[in-house]
Amino acid sequence: MGLSEAFGLILGLVVLAGTTFLPKAAIRPLASVLVGGLAFVALRVAVAPLSAALAALALAALAYRSLPMVALRRVVFLAPALVVLIYATALLMYAAPGNPFANERAATPEVEAVLRAQYGVPENATEFFFVYMRRLIAEGTLGPSIKVQGRMVEDLLGPAFPVSLSLGLFALILAVCFGLVLGIVAGLKKNSLADHGSMALALLGISLPNFVIGAGLIIVFALWLGVLPVAGWGGYAHLVMPAVALALPNAAIIARLARSGTVEVMQQDYIRAARAKGLPESWVVGKHALRGAVIPVVSFLGPAAAATMTGSFVVEVLFGVPGMGQWFVKGAVNRDYSVVLGTAIVYFGLIIAFNLLVDLAYAWLDPRLADAREAKA
Amino acid sequence: MTAQRPSQGAWAEAGRRLFRNRMALLGAGLLLAIALACVLGPVVLELDPHFTRPELRNRPPSGDAWFGTDALGRDLFARVLVGGRASLLVGVVATLVSVVVGVAVGMVAGFYGGKTDEILMRLVDFLYGLPYMFLVILVMLLFSETARGEMLPVFVALGLVQWLTMARIVRGQVLALRGREFVLAAELLGASDARVLFRHVLPNIAGVVIVYATLMVPSVIILESFLSFLGLGVALSWGQLVSEGIAVVNPVHSYWWLLFWPSLFLGLTLLSLNFLGDGLRDALDPKARE
Repeated sequence: MGLSEAFGLILGLVVLAGTTFLPKAAIRPLASVLVGGLAFVALRVAVAPLSAALAALALAALAYRSLPMVALRRVVFLAPALVVLIYATALLMYAAPGNPFANERAATPEVEAVLRAQYGVPENATEFFFVYMRRLIAEGTLGPSIKVQGRMVEDLLGPAFPVSLSLGLFALILAVCFGLVLGIVAGLKKNSLADHGSMALALLGISLPNFVIGAGLIIVFALWLGVLPVAGWGGYAHLVMPAVALALPNAAIIARLARSGTVEVMQQDYIRAARAKGLPESWVVGKHALRGAVIPVVSFLGPAAAATMTGSFVVEVLFGVPGMGQWFVKGAVNRDYSVVLGTAIVYFGLIIAFNLLVDLAYAWLDPRLADAREAKA
Repeated sequence: MTAQRPSQGAWAEAGRRLFRNRMALLGAGLLLAIALACVLGPVVLELDPHFTRPELRNRPPSGDAWFGTDALGRDLFARVLVGGRASLLVGVVATLVSVVVGVAVGMVAGFYGGKTDEILMRLVDFLYGLPYMFLVILVMLLFSETARGEMLPVFVALGLVQWLTMARIVRGQVLALRGREFVLAAELLGASDARVLFRHVLPNIAGVVIVYATLMVPSVIILESFLSFLGLGVALSWGQLVSEGIAVVNPVHSYWWLLFWPSLFLGLTLLSLNFLGDGLRDALDPKARE
């Protein structure tokens, strides 16, 4: 890594840190512009530029009117973070030994120069970054894949994206439902058999890597019982085992969070008050305790989404699921720079979108907390 | 000294609490046994994990090869023990790396507060939201020709992504200590920032650091096994052995031992680390207990 690259990276980090000191009045308009910009670039890949621009404009207006401050602050930080991430990824790819054009039959320097020009992969990481960003913003494309001949990255990721998204979402929903039920039951009946049983189960979920769980599932449900397909992708049956393997570690963490949240909330005075005035226990739990259990879980959802994506790299390989994780791993090993950057952008974009949703859910569940965070920030 | 006198009593008290916790003791004992077996076993029994015996391929466990043999006729018992060395070493060293980074960042953020704190915690939040496997895989690629299958890249890559939780926890602790009388007293007496941090703050957060370091080891071992599964990890580790075991899962032949033994050792180790970590948390950080 040369001096100019280091300088570029530091500049990016300074800009990122600088977003902390933006005056409050500037955040709302800036965030709305960024939402519009992000939406435009994302939609360009799918639809015509004009309709993308209109939709982006509408989204920006919506963001300006109705996003809570927490979410706006997050956008102001995450949009430049996405650019820094692209740059840092490009730097790391270039710093790794080998390049996409180095194969068994060494190409002559002239041929390599032609190839580099054709694929938009200059010798230098910073130049590559600018070529890539210009292509992304001006032409709305993730660029040609270097290793998969004649295909654009968006064509490769297009079919893979819904696969990874549905697997990830299903796993996350499964983890939340399963974790909440286990945790709340354990928390309500503290120190009972159900409590110890659930927590032992949770400990097991934390202690086993997801591919070991997955292999166990394959052996039991596919090979012994023969009720589910071993691997592959197609119907709902293919979704079950990968989603369970992906969900269990998160479910275990959620169960622990929900348990301590429930235990804490059940000791509150308002629970005693609700009981004292003769409310049925189901009402006490459903109306008051549930909220105490859910709030710590909601704030864990952002990291849980990231963890689900991390896990999906492995689970997709294990179950032969044709998702984006495989493209990332393949791209990284083959030095297919544009595929790696494309997957990184899509994953990070998903995380931005998901965190915004979590912020909204949080503000809705506990306006007091959202205000407190805003006042602090 | 004033800061340490009472905490020695607290340490003894924590020790007593830990010894009353049966699950934690069980975890510690199991961990010790596995670690000893992995470190000493191959030396004492003169086992070679790479020695191939083509006439003994894919044999189930027997008196000759306790855990069976793999497709090249290598003794699985030897491979599991030697692989355990790599997994445990990666777990401990990468954890140490991230403890050093996390404690440093957390102490600076919590102690100086204000803008420093805000910037550092922004960075932590940002990295926390990333699917860190990206970073790990990209960092591993840097070493793909110079140190493929060795441990150094894994230490670096995993150490780089694992310090975040530690930084957050340490920051919170330091923030709470910041306003305490003994810290103020030390500052008023003219102690330098470094002295206050190392002499008065660090001893008081040591317990919490130990707890979360213990709980970090299993997640590092799991991450290493992910890398091994993707073919990017250490050449011979439990993760590698498990993925070799998974590769031969098929409906026709059952080579169950190739999957069972490494999974068992990996699972037991992670379970005992979690038992021990939970026990330490109850003993050293009673407030965190419900």
